[in-house]
Amino acid sequence: MRLSFVRIAFLFCTALIAAASAAEEFRAGVFDPPRAAPEFRLQGSNGAPVALSSYKGKVVLVAFGFSSCPTICPVTLAKLSQVWKDLGAQSENVQTLFISVDPARDTPARLREFVTPFHLSFIGLTGTEQELATVRESYGIIAEKVASKNKQLGYEVHHSSSLHVIDREGRLRVLIPFGTTEADIVHDLKVLLAE
Amino acid sequence: MRSGLFSRHRALLAVVLSVTVLAVAVAAFLPVRFESREENFEIPKGTWARRMAGDKVEILPSDIFLTLGVHDVLHLRNLDDVPQIFGPTLLMPGQSFRLPFHVASENLFACTAHASGQLTVLVEDTPDSPVRRLTWRARKLVRSLSSTFRSHQA
Repeated sequence: MRLSFVRIAFLFCTALIAAASAAEEFRAGVFDPPRAAPEFRLQGSNGAPVALSSYKGKVVLVAFGFSSCPTICPVTLAKLSQVWKDLGAQSENVQTLFISVDPARDTPARLREFVTPFHLSFIGLTGTEQELATVRESYGIIAEKVASKNKQLGYEVHHSSSLHVIDREGRLRVLIPFGTTEADIVHDLKVLLAE
Repeated sequence: MRSGLFSRHRALLAVVLSVTVLAVAVAAFLPVRFESREENFEIPKGTWARRMAGDKVEILPSDIFLTLGVHDVLHLRNLDDVPQIFGPTLLMPGQSFRLPFHVASENLFACTAHASGQLTVLVEDTPDSPVRRLTWRARKLVRSLSSTFRSHQA
């Protein structure tokens, strides 16, 4: 009788451990070990300076792009807009920060016009060329100005299109490549929110 | 005499045909297997120093081919003493990055480690039927022949 109780307890613990490790499985790319997300303080589209550290306790999604982007950035933000809907009330514990790679054109006002139609909580960030270059370097972001086929646009910025996800403790945990489905993004955010 | 030569030719042809049919059957029915689901790449210690000394060190190929369901995880590891841009991301010394793929797709990543500035990860569909296994193996053969040809030319 006592032996079977021990056996049941053992099986229960094993099942719990298996369930926990399955829950921690991310769908996107994972860093091991995670490092502290590089801090930045930039001008926000909400009209105030924004520091990454002020979001400690929330899961932060960092995207790099520019408001004149004709392809990648609108798709990314539209996808995140859907993710926010799918997260429901849990989205209150997640923040999207969209960091410009085009400071010459992206003023805080222009970024606000670009990001808020996707979701009112999204914040665009800009700064001087030097400030933004420092942030890009610390996150390993590539950005290169190229002439645009669209003459009105003048130039475009080819840039890394992955999303960086920072956990509640301020650690850079997950990298979401462009093209990842909304369902997979929601899954990974929920894993981080549950921690 | 002539008929003996003719029958020898026929026998040879029959052997060649049988071997071809057997090879195609094996390629179509033998399951595609890998030792691991991970395609591993490592930046060895001292890479940065070698690059600084003028060595052209290539670690990641510009095209990586993965197969859904059997070999569909990209695993990158930086064993060097300095941070390195490696494929789609920046890796700190000792850090690794594991990226699983869930759909057949062509993924382009900006990567300064390549002359083209781009890394392509091509994820092919699961070879789960005889026709798919056959085409998967044919593509692999063509790729390996063309890479051998290119390395001979270089």
